[in-house]
Amino acid sequence: MATPIPLRVFESEARVYRRTWRGSMFSSFLSPVLYLAAMGVGLGSLVDQNLPGGVEGVSYLTFLAPGLLVATAMQTGAGEGAWKVMAGIKWVKTYHAKLATPIGIPSLVAGHMLWAGARVLMVSVIFAVIMSAFRVAPLMQSLLAVGPALLVGLAMAAATTAFTARLEEPTGLPLYFRFVVIPMFLFSGAFFPITQLPGWLQSIALATPMFHGVELSRSIVVGTEPAVAWWISVMYLVTWIAVGTALAIGPFRKRLTP
Amino acid sequence: MAPLIQATGLTKRFGEFVAVDGIDFSVEQGESFGFLGPNGAGKTSTMRMIGAVSPITEGTLSVLGLDPEQQGPQLRSRLGVVPQEDNLDQELTVYDNLMMYGRYFDLSRAVVRERIDELLEFVQLTEKRRSKVDALSGGMKRRLTIARGLINEPDLLILDEPTTGLDPQARHVLWDRLYRLKQQGVTLIITTHYMDEAEQLCDRLVVMDKAKIVAEGSPLSLIEEYAPREVVEVRFPAGVLDGVAGRVEDLAPRTEVLADRALLYTDDAEETIARIATTGLEPETILARRSSLEDVFLRLTGRSLID
Repeated sequence: MATPIPLRVFESEARVYRRTWRGSMFSSFLSPVLYLAAMGVGLGSLVDQNLPGGVEGVSYLTFLAPGLLVATAMQTGAGEGAWKVMAGIKWVKTYHAKLATPIGIPSLVAGHMLWAGARVLMVSVIFAVIMSAFRVAPLMQSLLAVGPALLVGLAMAAATTAFTARLEEPTGLPLYFRFVVIPMFLFSGAFFPITQLPGWLQSIALATPMFHGVELSRSIVVGTEPAVAWWISVMYLVTWIAVGTALAIGPFRKRLTP
Repeated sequence: MAPLIQATGLTKRFGEFVAVDGIDFSVEQGESFGFLGPNGAGKTSTMRMIGAVSPITEGTLSVLGLDPEQQGPQLRSRLGVVPQEDNLDQELTVYDNLMMYGRYFDLSRAVVRERIDELLEFVQLTEKRRSKVDALSGGMKRRLTIARGLINEPDLLILDEPTTGLDPQARHVLWDRLYRLKQQGVTLIITTHYMDEAEQLCDRLVVMDKAKIVAEGSPLSLIEEYAPREVVEVRFPAGVLDGVAGRVEDLAPRTEVLADRALLYTDDAEETIARIATTGLEPETILARRSSLEDVFLRLTGRSLID
């Protein structure tokens, strides 16, 4: 039986990744350890001293960890949709090479998204394991929180891919990370509740995919009631994935098979 | 037997711009068919339509009996493509590049491994198997791209400007390999703006200019039809040629006066050279040579192939 074409794209991405997997895995371990130690334990002890009732009823570390899990997945997803897509379309033209084979545009985009999902999954599972090592929650519960993280990562991968595919020059990418990804990372409820934000910023935070993932993940790990019904958040994230992926196909077609 | 490629009124437009303007051609099984023309003549656009990566605007096109529009994946699984720009994965090894590409065609790893051995032998890169592509020379990268294009044992190999940018020695190595493929019966489609390449490799070719086909035939028949047997090239010191152009044009039945030299088309070069001496003209150099496709192109378009 013939291998579905998106899986052939997935396999090639995996083959490329194999070259750098050690370094990549190492930083996927190191980064949560550093963040949880510095912010969760270090800064968290100050927070906890001043807030005897805890943040939303739990220690700062416990509040932070599930949010940071989703924030990390968000960044990983955005990363998968950025320079790699630019290189495929413009710099190395590896997408052109793929399209000279039975691979077509929809399969190319689907395979790309599958791989982005795999990367987000790797990073999130590692994060969840470390989170439970920090005694935030039992392992099973931490691993369940990977679900919303994966959705957020995919949503960002799709949206970023659609954005990158429209860029003629890579100069837009650093701006995108500086003015979209990093603010989203900081202000979407991972580090502090968005109720601390001024009203208009709260509405923006509410519109980000990350906020919905953070709420879901935190409700799984901490047991808090999410601000929005869980199924609305899930549908919202799935819509981001679907719309982002669909929006990527147009520019891919226009630029790769004019 | 039906031709391998059949195009009628094939047209490609990008908005207002006409890249390919209603061309007709057909390519037979086992043939080595060339598209000769300057940059921007529409060669690459034509290749991309044949390769089912660019939809046709008008006309009909059938490749291997398939419709590129409707049966793209099926068609591409039987094509080999060597694009103008190398798009190998620079970070991966020679072996990984080929393995990865073979897997796109859903060939089993065992089959691809076997073919990699054969193909690396064929393109003389067996020693480079474990090298990163980054470290290969331009000629090696081209050969690797050709090996990659052959990994699915294609019925048709499309080569877009295969030797552009290579040094003369690398070009000859490449020609030698392509000639062998041709002898093995592989159908080749080649675009080039080098007439010597077309003469070396093509059984038959079309000359393209400004999105149209302006002539068609074997290299020899084109030369016979459009250019007398021999050419005398006379060069003059800078600025002199303009003043004597009228006298130069009397020397042969057909002449082309270019910026730095004049071409005299003749059936008897010796006789023409002798006549130059009697006119009192004093060219810097005189060179007699056989007519080439370059002369055919000049005749057909009034312009030189490589500016």
